[in-house]
Amino acid sequence: MQNRLVKDTLTDRIFMRFNYVFLLMALAIVVYPLIYIVSASISDPQAVNSGGMLLFPKSITWDGYKTILQNNSIWRGYLNTIYYTALGTGINLLVTLPCAYALSRPDFYGHKLFTTFMLITMFVSGGLIPSYLLVKNLGMLNTVWSLVLPSAVSVYNVVITRAFFQTTIPREMEEAARIDGCSDFKLFIKIILPLSTPIIAVMALFYGVGHWNSFFSALIYLSDKTMYPLQMVLREILVLQDMSSNSVNTQMTGDMASMLFSKQQLAQVIKYGVMIVSTLPIIIVYPFLQKYFVKGMLVGSVKG
Amino acid sequence: MSVTGLKKGSANKSTKWKQIKSGRQLYLFILPAFLIIAIFSYGPMYGIIIAFKDYMPSLGVLGSPWVGLKHFQRFFDSYYFWDLIKNTLGISFYSLIIGFPLPIILALALNEIKDGSFKKITQTVTYAPNFISTVVMVGMLIAFLSPSTGVINHFLDFFGFERINFMTDPKWFKTIYVLSGVWQGTGWGSVIYLAALAGVDTQLHEAAVVDGASRLQRIWHINLPTIRPTMVILLIMNVGSIMSIGYEKILLMQNPLNMESSNVISTFVYQQGLLDAQYSYAAAVGLFNSVINAILLIVVNKIASKISDSSLF
Repeated sequence: MQNRLVKDTLTDRIFMRFNYVFLLMALAIVVYPLIYIVSASISDPQAVNSGGMLLFPKSITWDGYKTILQNNSIWRGYLNTIYYTALGTGINLLVTLPCAYALSRPDFYGHKLFTTFMLITMFVSGGLIPSYLLVKNLGMLNTVWSLVLPSAVSVYNVVITRAFFQTTIPREMEEAARIDGCSDFKLFIKIILPLSTPIIAVMALFYGVGHWNSFFSALIYLSDKTMYPLQMVLREILVLQDMSSNSVNTQMTGDMASMLFSKQQLAQVIKYGVMIVSTLPIIIVYPFLQKYFVKGMLVGSVKG
Repeated sequence: MSVTGLKKGSANKSTKWKQIKSGRQLYLFILPAFLIIAIFSYGPMYGIIIAFKDYMPSLGVLGSPWVGLKHFQRFFDSYYFWDLIKNTLGISFYSLIIGFPLPIILALALNEIKDGSFKKITQTVTYAPNFISTVVMVGMLIAFLSPSTGVINHFLDFFGFERINFMTDPKWFKTIYVLSGVWQGTGWGSVIYLAALAGVDTQLHEAAVVDGASRLQRIWHINLPTIRPTMVILLIMNVGSIMSIGYEKILLMQNPLNMESSNVISTFVYQQGLLDAQYSYAAAVGLFNSVINAILLIVVNKIASKISDSSLF
């Protein structure tokens, strides 16, 4: 852009070659495992396990997905996670957006004090055990609230949102609305929110992905297995390798058992399928929200 | 803008009161966030006092007897103390040394590309792993690194190397942890540097080109100095959280065979506190961890503000 008038020198051209090679390598390293998972999930288990399938699918079969779709705990985990994510993200937005907006108003008396009050928690925290005991003493163990309330506000997200309001909402507009007798509540609902779709999208994505991917709060606060979110079910399948009695294999029907490959081999391939199935919703929304979140990150980082 | 400027300039008690009164709805706006943070962030800070007590659930935080520094003493005297410190610092510094420069290099490299679609594809693809959950990430590691069916070992085999049982070999734990973190986080980490690079003054580049500077020289003398404040801030924040490395991932990657190199303070707190219900002892260990963290943060911040102009606070 800046040197269209000046011809690139030899060293510059060599440098650019290296640059492209470097980026292509980075691209390949990131993309290879992703393609491999997709291919492995629809390939013949024998080929995957023996190393016959290295990039593209081999003798495509949907048996892995069929088994996954017949699995009750995955379905239940899915439904639980959808519920937790919807409720959690809703609460997150309801708490974060008004708070960030109030803090963005320079005429809001005390905004510095409240900002400090919030920022302190980014660097100081009570730690795992006191947090757990608090949730336990509040009687929230084995309830949805243990998953959505302690994480209802992310100070980092408040800071990003506040920066968005500060930089994109013209102050004159707020003042004009106030002079016309518009209440802050009405101003926020009728004027600010409609102007803020990019940041709402970014926050919904950040919080939503956070809830979708979280497993730790479920691990410590939930003991009731029927309440397990998807990630806890995945943990049993992918990490604890618990493919035994209460997991995937009980769902196998007679004709599956009679297939050429053993359960063990299918179990390996099911793991790849499970990775795809669990990440699918994020893969679907990602392209739509990408342009927003980069913008949102930029605003946040410039002002941060 | 000028109106608020005037208001601020002539602020006295009565206008302050007016300001509070006219903005009273705004207090309702922050009330939910205020309550959540007061309860779930400040509440546990108060709960830290159980580190100095023998906490018994039936007696509550206030009723439990004081024991002073007993739990800290026990931790310092334990045989695993130095192992935990060594693992915690080892994993942290390892990921800092490998993981900190890579997003910067990626951002600098991407910044040189003018081909819009190639740049966009690279960015979209390299950001993507950031959205993979920790559980799936560890699931991928276990599947890819499996000695019998994993693709990495198929490659090792193909090129004539021995198959390695990565997940159960303590020697490999730190490397797997760090490299998988790099794979997942480098693209996303570069976003913030790209934002900073977008702010580079193009006139500087034009002037440098006229003076005959090469691309590499311009990156070194113009781009890098521009993003230095961002680098310093992120470095401080990374160093400040050095003791509290991503324990969720470590917890998932842990197994009895790699324990000697995978056990860090935060996973130890989880085991002692939540699995063995030794609340006070675990809280004390956790507090020790946080204090070291805070000291590191303050020291690094001080050094940074001395040798460069940027600091966190």
